[in-house]
Amino acid sequence: MLSRVAERVYWLGRYLERAENSARLLNVYSTLLLDLPRGAKIGWHTLVEITGSRADFDEKYQVTDERSVNRFLIADPKNHSSILNSLSMARENARTTREIIPAEAWEQINNLYLFARENVGKAVTRGPRNQFLQEIISYCQQITGLFAGAMSHNSGYNFIRIARSLERADMTTRIVDVGSVALLPSLAGKSASEQVPEPYTNMIWMSVLRSLSAYQMYRQHVLDRVNGEDVVTFLLQDAQFPRSVVHSLHKLESCLQTLPNNEAALQQLAVTRALAIDATIPQLLQKGLLEYIDELQVEIAGIHARITDTWFLPAVSGQQQS
Amino acid sequence: MRIDWKSYNPGAFYDELISSPGHARKPGRILAKYLGSLKSEDLQQRKAAAELAIKAMGISFTVYSEAGNIDREWPFDIIPRIITETQWRQTSKGLEQRLRALNCFIHDIYNDQKILKDKVVPAELIAKSANFRKECVGMKPRFDVWAHICGTDLIRDTDGRFYVLEDNLRVPSGVSYMLENRQVTKRVFPELFENYNIQPITEYTAQLFDTLAAISPRPLDYPEVVVLTPGIYNSAYFEHSFLAQQMGAELVEGGDLVVEDDCVYMRTINGLSRVDVIYRRIDDLFLDPEVFHPDSVLGVRGLMRAWLKGNVALANAPGAGVADDKVIYTYVPAMIKYYLGEDPILENVPSYLCIDKKQCKYVLENLDKLVVKPANESGGYGMLMGPQASKKERDEFALKIKANPRNYMAQPLIGLSTAPVLGERGAEPRHIDLRPFILQGKSSYVTPGGLTRVAMVKGSYVVNSSQGGGSKDTWIVSEGES
Repeated sequence: MLSRVAERVYWLGRYLERAENSARLLNVYSTLLLDLPRGAKIGWHTLVEITGSRADFDEKYQVTDERSVNRFLIADPKNHSSILNSLSMARENARTTREIIPAEAWEQINNLYLFARENVGKAVTRGPRNQFLQEIISYCQQITGLFAGAMSHNSGYNFIRIARSLERADMTTRIVDVGSVALLPSLAGKSASEQVPEPYTNMIWMSVLRSLSAYQMYRQHVLDRVNGEDVVTFLLQDAQFPRSVVHSLHKLESCLQTLPNNEAALQQLAVTRALAIDATIPQLLQKGLLEYIDELQVEIAGIHARITDTWFLPAVSGQQQS
Repeated sequence: MRIDWKSYNPGAFYDELISSPGHARKPGRILAKYLGSLKSEDLQQRKAAAELAIKAMGISFTVYSEAGNIDREWPFDIIPRIITETQWRQTSKGLEQRLRALNCFIHDIYNDQKILKDKVVPAELIAKSANFRKECVGMKPRFDVWAHICGTDLIRDTDGRFYVLEDNLRVPSGVSYMLENRQVTKRVFPELFENYNIQPITEYTAQLFDTLAAISPRPLDYPEVVVLTPGIYNSAYFEHSFLAQQMGAELVEGGDLVVEDDCVYMRTINGLSRVDVIYRRIDDLFLDPEVFHPDSVLGVRGLMRAWLKGNVALANAPGAGVADDKVIYTYVPAMIKYYLGEDPILENVPSYLCIDKKQCKYVLENLDKLVVKPANESGGYGMLMGPQASKKERDEFALKIKANPRNYMAQPLIGLSTAPVLGERGAEPRHIDLRPFILQGKSSYVTPGGLTRVAMVKGSYVVNSSQGGGSKDTWIVSEGES
């Protein structure tokens, strides 16, 4: 398989997963924020933090309200990671790799982009927005299904899965990061006004789970009531939940093993996974969680760097994809 | 938007479907009757279905404009064009004959130049040809074939006969649209396929692959065939990708290839991997910065060395364009006699060469009746449509001709045949042409039919997609069907 093509399907996988993750996140927060008291430390701004786009956001918007945040995250052409931009990049990468992905998958990706472009105006108000985001999620799921069911499980397919796993691991660390800042007494500030009142923390942790489609699986796995420690442990370390960091890294490993010259990438993966598995969450919740998550994110970025060095052309990596 | 054939008037032109208002030609009767029976909503709905299919299948082409490159959906008219099998059989033979002669000519020009020595073609024409590549002299490609893939443009005059307008031997495009048009028609009018025996066209990509595989320098069961594209911003990128996909070949860009020890390799996730055959969709002058444009980033440094050493096959071979010059075109009938000892089956459009003093004088005196074409442009650029041009435009063009007579030839304005196109007010006649695709290598192949291009603007003769043309599905049907 051509290195350039490998890189393009890889980005196709990342952008698709990113669009789906963003849609889930927005949907869950739209629902959650209806229930929260005014002035809670969690709010629309939280989404800007999770997506790591504070600087870009501030450049353009004065107020962090529902309208501006949704516009920024769904449709803003200036936001590199907006849903519409992600889908446009996914389409562009699919369009330039049409010769290797199943024709139906390309048609669906193209349809998804056209759907998003035509209906993005409706995403301003809550009701239609929910429907719009649901539609995007189900398109993404269909496309994932088409890859699994209609594409040979060859190197190209593995690059798509690698991309998906990395994007998931990355997104999960972000969601845990921001959830923790808002909710953990050790991090949320000392004064009573900055603490989220008790009845709400439970609800917010549930939303954190839901934003990763993890609530139901969590309930089956953890019998205790929803609490911060178990949620963070589940999302970072559960071996079976598909969006947990450890599970994503397991999947990543099995894909990397099928590729040639994989030593450097596997080594970096081992380092990252050890960091995820060996962490003692209760201890970190008391002290050092944010530093720990930063470290984890750096290692995850390191896997991406090894993959780029090993399999993609330097000339193409120079293109602005991130 | 109902279609009433009684009010459809092709006028003085030969119409492919309707011979006179209300009367369909015999092979088109079922089609015409069927279309006439559809209600306005039905027609609208079929048209919308076609547009949707084209959008969903992502059939597009890129238009260059000042606002950047725009990826546009392929313009398509849903009414198919019908040609009888009997007429096509002859035409197809003529096309195949023509390409055989053209390949003999190219091979001769780069080797013995017998045709020049025998003064059948003036040597001066080659000396001044913009598409003659001195770097190719002495090369002997496999089967002595240089142009493996040819797109020949045919037009039908008012007499209903096909004439050759030009041969495209460099990087002819359009075949993917021919194939996709059929797919779209099958989605839009599935019921018509039950009433007609339509020759299938899907074989093309398999034939193309076989043609390419057969010229591999290494005798392998599975030679590595790649399609070399200038990249995503090329107007025909869709086609490059489509053909690679259909052939199961890698679609490569210049940066994916590298030449080492005069062999071509592609960069893969496993390291370098040898390439045997390159179906290149890049113009000669961009192929290799070592030999041609030194600043070309589309090509591959050393590619010509590898080709001349016989370590990689290029299709079409560099230099093949020497025969698709519009002046050389006028000598093709003579070539057929000279190399093959046969009479040409297909006729050229009558032409006047400006390099000939007498003919040039005629051209200059009759600019208002003629179409004047530069020798080496494609896509309909740089030509003068005499009857539609202003006096000022004609005077300016006359100066260009006088400055460089070798570069121009002229033809009378041919009354291109028409076919019904579905518009806002039902069916209206529009001018069309036909581009069949011909393959030559170990053996020959001609597509049944080809790409019918349509001038979508009333009265216009310009069918190029880059200038707003559209297209139709083209059916070769056997007569006597139920």
